[in-house]
This record gives sequence, structure tokens and C-alpha cells, in this order.
Amino acid sequence: MAIARNDTATLFAEGTASTLRLIAYLGLATILMVVDHRAGYLQTLRRISGALIEPAYRIAAFPADVARATRTAVVSQDTLAKENRELRDALLLAQARLNRLDALVAQNARLKDLLDAQNSLGLSVQLARLVDVDLDPFRPRVVLNAGSNQGITVGQPVIDAHGIMGQVVEVMANTSVVMLITDPTHAIPVMVERSGLRTIAYGTGAINRLELPNIPISADVQVGDRLVTSGLGGRFPAGFPVGEILSISTDASSLFASAQARPAAALDRSDDVLLLRDQPQPYGAPAPLDQTGPPRELAGPSPPAASGKGEQQ
Amino acid sequence: MASRGVDVLRTVPPPACGRGQGEGKRESHSRCGCERMNRNRARTWLFVGSIAFAFLLQLMPLPELLAPLKPYWVGLVLIYWAIETPERVGLGFAFMVGLAGDLLSGELLAEQALRLVVMIFIVLRFRARLRFFPMWQQALAVFALLLNDRIVVIMVRGFAGDPMPSSVFWLSPLVGMMLWPFVFLALDDLRGRLRVGDS
Repeated sequence: MAIARNDTATLFAEGTASTLRLIAYLGLATILMVVDHRAGYLQTLRRISGALIEPAYRIAAFPADVARATRTAVVSQDTLAKENRELRDALLLAQARLNRLDALVAQNARLKDLLDAQNSLGLSVQLARLVDVDLDPFRPRVVLNAGSNQGITVGQPVIDAHGIMGQVVEVMANTSVVMLITDPTHAIPVMVERSGLRTIAYGTGAINRLELPNIPISADVQVGDRLVTSGLGGRFPAGFPVGEILSISTDASSLFASAQARPAAALDRSDDVLLLRDQPQPYGAPAPLDQTGPPRELAGPSPPAASGKGEQQ
Repeated sequence: MASRGVDVLRTVPPPACGRGQGEGKRESHSRCGCERMNRNRARTWLFVGSIAFAFLLQLMPLPELLAPLKPYWVGLVLIYWAIETPERVGLGFAFMVGLAGDLLSGELLAEQALRLVVMIFIVLRFRARLRFFPMWQQALAVFALLLNDRIVVIMVRGFAGDPMPSSVFWLSPLVGMMLWPFVFLALDDLRGRLRVGDS
């Protein structure tokens, strides 16, 4: 370092990069980081400066949007494209309800959770679209085009037609950031649909893998088992598909098994997503029901088992 | 090589009328002074525009397969400006750009600020050598800078308690190195055009 300094001193004036200033800036950065890590000022800052940030996101997403738009225009006519989109949205809603119903029917068949009255049967959702922005390739986050102005709050579960995608972690005025279930820092309480075994699925960082460590060796888990949300923890409502077990292996101590699962939601392909509005009620004493009888959405095409259960409660 | 030689000739010797980068002789000619102001403004636009464009590139999505290979665009552009116009890019400027980056896409406030300050410090320290390196050596130096940047990221994330990223994480400096000549030549060409067009 000393040699380099002499070297530069002969050619150019020093001063822009003195070590003292470096140390000062490094110290400042470290202090900021530590404070932010504890208090999370960055999110507050982003919320305040949303008017500046959101246009940047929109501009960055613009080329991808244009590419997608031209593709649609070439493939079909304008009206067809519009119709297609409306139908897709409708299908998304219908499939989400169907998935929900599947889980409920399975529940009834096993006569489990018969008195689980606090599970709301209705599904109040909100459609949102992904903004094609890549915040960091190594942190699976996606950005939605709806924010606090559209009534989004931190913690809302996000689903697509096939299952749980993740949860909202950050809300700006017209934009929100979603943490996917495959994020390495994300964990979701799940239940094996076939046997009722409860465990926790962790993200791995890979977009198509979940990990379920620490399953007791004697537990009833098989390859191909479907995982649904267990509703424990109060963040995700019960009964939504999360994934499917791909492989099971024992760990080094051979006391526990760990399983790999594939997420049910199309995490890398989804374009439109649904945000669940009603947060599940917390466990404990059942709160007074604000909705009795079968919900209107499910009353029509649902099998008799499901609606019958609804009426009894 | 040849283009480097020309560039050296262009920038190093004491400027003739209107060829300076701000440190040239005072111009007594009013026409010349006016032109110089215009040129300075254009140069500032290029400077600000290239950094803004780097931010957009940073945010722009890539296909799933290529996403981890995305180079640190902001870093590359800032290295260029630090090498060419060190009077604009100091540690404080790098810090502010880093904060802007954190605001746009960061997870932790001042993470990118720290990365850029470290990077720019090293560039400014070795600027005299970096400038006169042939392109391939310069690209290697940029690779080292980006690799060092990756190590800083790992350290910061380690302290923040994040899990370690996968091995593709280390490919990005390689891509940055391969893109460096293009970034350098593109920016150099734009700057050269400004110079020729105005004088």
C-alpha cells in the first residue's frame, strides 16, 4: 500500500482516497447497517420515498412488459387477448377455490377437525400482477403492482392457482414485495395431507425446492405425499396446498429424516397472483363467527359433503 | 491497445483550448467558454445518465437461468468513472450512490454503500496504474475488484445472519470481467463523441 501511495503521489495529487476518509465512511456504513438491522429503517425509508422508487421499478420492468405485450399481440388479436386474460383471472379464482375445497373434503372424509368452526370457509381475495423486477437473484422476492393504497398489509399470504406462493413482507404505496416460500429465511407450518403429520417446510433458496428437516424417523411420510398448510402459527390459513414430497432421506445421526419437496405453486411462472384478505383467526378460544352457513361462493357447485358440514355448524 | 494509446494522448497532456476536463487554462474567449459550459453539461448528463442506466440494468429481470450471472452494473460503471474522472467520483459520492442502490433494491441500508466505498477506494488508490493497463489486464483487475466485492457481500450477509448463497454466486464477477471491455469502450466512445462533437 505504501509503495502504491508513493507511486500515485508522483503523478497525481492525493486526497480523494485517503485512508482516514475510507475508515470514516466504512464506520458510517457499519453503523447504518447495524442500526438498520435492528430497527429496519430501510423499509420506512422506502415507504416514504415510494414516489421515486416505484417509477424506477416500472421503468425497469418496461422492456419485459413490452416484450410480453408484443408476443400477445402477435399471437392473437387484441380482443382475444383481453378475453383470454379475463378468462384466466376467472380460472385462477375458480381453481383457488377448488383447491381449497379439495382440502376441505379430505378433512371431512377423515372426520378430522370436525369442530373446526373457526376456519372461515369463504375466500376473500384480491388479484395482483407481478412487476417484472429482479431485486436480487439470490433472494427469491417478487414485486406486486398493488400496495397500501389497494389495501395490502404486511403478512398477507399470497397464492396462485396451485398453492401458496409466499407472504407480503414490505408494502409501499402502489407496490409490495413478497417473500416466496422458497426463500432461505422463510418457514411455513405444513401438514402431510394423507397422515395429518405436522411439520415445518423451510425454503432452500432454489426456486423449486422446499426442505423439511427434523421429521421423526417413525413418522408416516411417503414420497408423493401432498403438503398443505396446517394453519398453525396464524399466518397462513389451513388447507392450502404447499407442495409434494419428492424424496426422503435420513440424516447423519439417523434419528431424524429430512424430506425434499417441490412447491405446488408455479413460483417461477405465475403472472397473476391472489392475495388473501382475511387473516386466519388465531388459535385459542374460538372467536364469535361473523359468517354462518355456507358461503355464497361455495354454495353453488360444491359437493354436498362440504356444504352439509357448513350448515351443521 | 491502439484505442488506449489514443485515449492517453487525448486525456493526459495539458489541454489545448476546450480540450480540458475542467482543470484546463481559463478561457478568455467568450465563445470558447460558452462551448465549454455546454460540453460540461453534456458530460454531466452522460455521467448521471450512465449511472441511472446502470441502476435500471441492475433491476431489469433476466431469464431464470441467467439471473444469478447478472454482473454488478452499478459497480462496473462507477469503476469506469472513478478511473476516468476521479474528481467526480470520490468516496462520498460512492457512498451516496450505494445508499441510492440500497433504497432501490437492497435488503440492508448501507450494504451497497459499503461495497462501493471499498471498491472505489481501491480503484482510486491504484488509478494511476489501472489507467495504463492494457485492456486484458484492466479486465483482470476489474475481476479482482468484483471478487473482492463478493467477499464483502458474504461478510455483510454473514454478520446479518443470512444463509450463505449457492456456488453460482461466484460466477457474477467472471461475467463482469468479460463485460468490462464493452462497458469501457462504450462509455469511452460516448465521451469521445461528446468531445469531438462539441469542439
